[in-house]
Amino acid sequence: MKLSENWLREWVNPPATATELAHKLNMAGLEAEAEPMLAVLPKGIVVGKILSTTPHPQADRLRVCGVDAGTGELLQIVCGAANARPGILVPAALPGAVLPNGTQISKAALRGVESSGMLCSASELGLVEKSDGLLELDQSAKPGTPIEQHLGLVDHTIVLELTPNRGDCLSIAGLARETAALYGIQVHAPRIKPAVVEPETRISVIVDDISGCPHYVGRVVEGLNVAARTPDWMSERLRRSGIRTIHPVVDITNYVLLELGQPMHGFDAALLKGAIRVRRARTGEQLKLLNEQTVTLDPRDLLITDDTGPLVLAGIMGGEASGCSSTTTSVFLEAACFEPVSIATSGRRHKLLSDSRYRFERGVDPALQRQALERATALVQDICGGKAGPIVEVGTAPAHVANIALRHSQVNRLLGCEIPAARIVPLLHSLGMAVSPTGASSWKVKVPPHRYDLRIEADLVEEIGRLHGYDHIAPRAYAAELAPFSASETTRQLDRVKDALIARGYQEVVTYSFVDPKIQVQLDPETPGVLLDNPIAETMAVMRTTIWSGLIPTWQYNRQRQQKRARLFEAGAVYALEGDTNREQAKLAGLIAGPALPEQWGAAARPVDFFDAKADLEALFGGALRYEASQHPALHPGRTARIVRDGVAVGWLGALHPKLADALDIPDALYLFELDWTAVRDITLPAPGGVSEFPSSRRDLAFVVDESVTADAVAEVIRDAAGPLLKCLQTFDVYRGTGLPAGRKSIAFGLIFQDYSRTLNVEEVDAAAHSVAASVHARLGGLVRD
Amino acid sequence: MNATSAPNLDDLLITAQADIAAAADPRAIEALRVDLLGKKGRVTDLLKSLGAMPHEQRKAFGEQVNKVKEQLSAQLEARARAIADAELERRLASETIDVTLPGRGAPAGTLHPVSRTIRRIEQIFNSMGFESVQGPEIEDDWHNFQALNIPESHPARAMQDTFYALNGARLLRTHTSPVQVRTMLDRKPPIRIICPGRVYRVDFDRTHSPMFHQVEGLYVAENVGLADLKHDLTTFLRLFFERDVEALFRPSYFPFVEPGADVHIRWGDPEKGTRWLEVLGCGVIHPNVLAAVGIDPERYTGYAFGMGVERLTMLRYGVDDLRLFFNNDLRFLEQFK
Repeated sequence: MKLSENWLREWVNPPATATELAHKLNMAGLEAEAEPMLAVLPKGIVVGKILSTTPHPQADRLRVCGVDAGTGELLQIVCGAANARPGILVPAALPGAVLPNGTQISKAALRGVESSGMLCSASELGLVEKSDGLLELDQSAKPGTPIEQHLGLVDHTIVLELTPNRGDCLSIAGLARETAALYGIQVHAPRIKPAVVEPETRISVIVDDISGCPHYVGRVVEGLNVAARTPDWMSERLRRSGIRTIHPVVDITNYVLLELGQPMHGFDAALLKGAIRVRRARTGEQLKLLNEQTVTLDPRDLLITDDTGPLVLAGIMGGEASGCSSTTTSVFLEAACFEPVSIATSGRRHKLLSDSRYRFERGVDPALQRQALERATALVQDICGGKAGPIVEVGTAPAHVANIALRHSQVNRLLGCEIPAARIVPLLHSLGMAVSPTGASSWKVKVPPHRYDLRIEADLVEEIGRLHGYDHIAPRAYAAELAPFSASETTRQLDRVKDALIARGYQEVVTYSFVDPKIQVQLDPETPGVLLDNPIAETMAVMRTTIWSGLIPTWQYNRQRQQKRARLFEAGAVYALEGDTNREQAKLAGLIAGPALPEQWGAAARPVDFFDAKADLEALFGGALRYEASQHPALHPGRTARIVRDGVAVGWLGALHPKLADALDIPDALYLFELDWTAVRDITLPAPGGVSEFPSSRRDLAFVVDESVTADAVAEVIRDAAGPLLKCLQTFDVYRGTGLPAGRKSIAFGLIFQDYSRTLNVEEVDAAAHSVAASVHARLGGLVRD
Repeated sequence: MNATSAPNLDDLLITAQADIAAAADPRAIEALRVDLLGKKGRVTDLLKSLGAMPHEQRKAFGEQVNKVKEQLSAQLEARARAIADAELERRLASETIDVTLPGRGAPAGTLHPVSRTIRRIEQIFNSMGFESVQGPEIEDDWHNFQALNIPESHPARAMQDTFYALNGARLLRTHTSPVQVRTMLDRKPPIRIICPGRVYRVDFDRTHSPMFHQVEGLYVAENVGLADLKHDLTTFLRLFFERDVEALFRPSYFPFVEPGADVHIRWGDPEKGTRWLEVLGCGVIHPNVLAAVGIDPERYTGYAFGMGVERLTMLRYGVDDLRLFFNNDLRFLEQFK
């Protein structure tokens, strides 16, 4: 909201500059900024009256005007504006004048006709960006008056960005009240006299939904002068608040909204049929609004209607058909109080923003409607003439009544500092509260009706705090008891795992939790995802069920930017739909792609493979995880491992399925892993045994087995058969080809035997190796390769 | 004998010394050692011949031979060492590498800047006794709004447009405050926690991301007030920015606190002009919030605060485009070494 400083000063005049006032308001919780209304004031521009116009002899579009600019002589000024005509008063820039944009005006000949200056538009004065024709001024303006004086251009705009609880400050009156409290001075409000009621013309009002519209007042003013125009002082104030001048009645209702904070509406009374009825909309009813948008309504919307149907979306926006126009001679003025929740819901649903909605959804002072109606009536009569009918009133103003018990101890407790009672009471008084003691250090506080945001003791404490100044509350050093805590050693710390991955060359990424359903369904067709009701884009419509849905597009994005190689990881939640609810799980996922190493002189280039990723997982999680050949819809059927811990599946590792890689246009090798973080997080405390002082003995055995026999299976048989003396088993070679039958492979193991209490003799080591060979043969058909 | 023995010894010495000097490798040295000083070596032979000498000559000649023997032995040893040294020199020269060539392997990655900031925030608050707590991101209306004193259609809900799911039965949390709610339901005061995590709002432009990160904090005990909040947050800001930060606490409004405040810090180069930047929202916990989670607001009070991780990251590292955090362009991320 923007308001004119000069306007505010008519109500309250603090001993402070606009900038100082803005700072004071800021420190009291009202975000405010003061800007000069015009960065550069015009110089040498005065009110001029066009007395005559004659066509320019050389140019059709130009006219030669005779202008009285209060100089005592008739000035001849050439003008191209279409609205230049005798009788109007306009800004006249005389020779020597400087426009705000820096243009110097001097006497000049325009196509052969001498011109003693220039007549100006609003944009040439710097008041608006664009304007059409000359700025027409009040008929009462005095030629020769400097334009900055006539229009009051020496002004600041106070820009307010208020929190939703301070709807009471969304007006000159409200801001004046607050300013007066902050400076301890008085507000001088203009007196509002009730209008003299002359004709008995009335339009009856029926309110069907009294909870949606607890208070409604209205009246007819008839006999309006259709030629009336909005005076300069009013249109300037509106303009400084960002509101265009439209029609005197509309301008007046807008003016009262800015001045008092009461949104109003003016109907062309001649267009109303029957009674005004405030009711809920019927499903499917339509209304064409002032902004030319047609909305389709339902019972959540509150309407102002007549016998013809909907007129206004109550409290939000008027309809196109029933407003005032240049032919309006009789107006029905409305000032009502609407229930905030209904206005907020309706406005949000139709995505309609208006000054009216903005105020109603924050709450409008319930005591304001009559006052606003009288104020608007007086302004209409001043500007357009006319006679006022009686006020029609439905409902009662449900004034906010709050008597709040306030304890001194609670003030000190919540603020954390000692504020003397002698300071508390005057602060509350300055806000218009009635304070009466109820004990040695407690009070009963009666809140004024416009402060409907104040309901409980803590609200008053905030008022005291902000007026006292948060600046004056001294920070209080930590007085709490130490409460040390430490992460359990048997829980892996995610940060440590992240650091380990980073040390191994991985880059952490953070991708959106909502992903493209088209990609996700390919990666994880079996897990139903949580779809958003209101996604921001089709490609961000479903919550991820696997982090791969974000990692793969991240790699694509980087590939398209000439990146050749990636090692990415992300830790975060995935979300699955489970029946009519959802389940969230923490995951740790990674992607490696492209060459195993960056291009370098000292290592041969090769693409990443399964065992690169597996080595990383083994380094992180040690031997606790097992890898079993398995199938996953997103992964290469021959290069997929289900990761298992203690018999429970905890994740996946594998190559992206070539069909998917094709579909996603990823030609390079790409491996993915994902672990269920909570399932791999627990670890046991180390329980080390001693180390043997006796030498170990090694026997190397290569077994020729069928391709289908896994290394793990052979190792398991070896461990079984070798017994407790086998301390270590290393897989040191895998061979296929020459010398071996098709479908067979050789896996070579180094078996290291050792005992804690003695040196093993050759015979027992040989015997163990022998028994291993026999077992592998018997159980897996594996033969020792010579 | 007498006349010839001395010249013989000199000849032997001269020839042997020439041979030693000419020896080119350890094997030649060894051969010379055997030839001269070995069991059947020429010098050994001379020593053996002493026995046959007249007694008066024996002593003098013996001394001469021994002297020659010592001399040759030392020279052999010196020559052997010289050869070994030369050999080592050659080997070292041949083994020289270009130490300026890059090392083998791959460089380390980096932590995402958002994680980096969260980690720093956590470390600071952990050191102040705040424990990090996590909670679900898909929430319900009660935990995200109602328990926080944000009833249906409260204007505050218009400030943060919400992603809904399951036909409105669920929502993506718009702040990490529901974690505070859950923690207060679970534990008894004193409670001192921070909740870092992802949050979501329907907003997508240059300066808004539909997903971003917050760290919210909560301290509930018997006498916690605004003064404690001011102290703890200014301490945090000083530690986070590693300098004294001028902070301004301005009254503000959040439905879940009363009194409420937002914190602005003075930002910019003092030479070129500074401005106030909002970095935090905070306040004393609203009694309705405490009551909603079953904590007696008459007995306990508390404070709560919340900060945007991306905003702090942008300030700390001078990043000016929010979208960089979620594009995950490796060329950007790698700069956070």
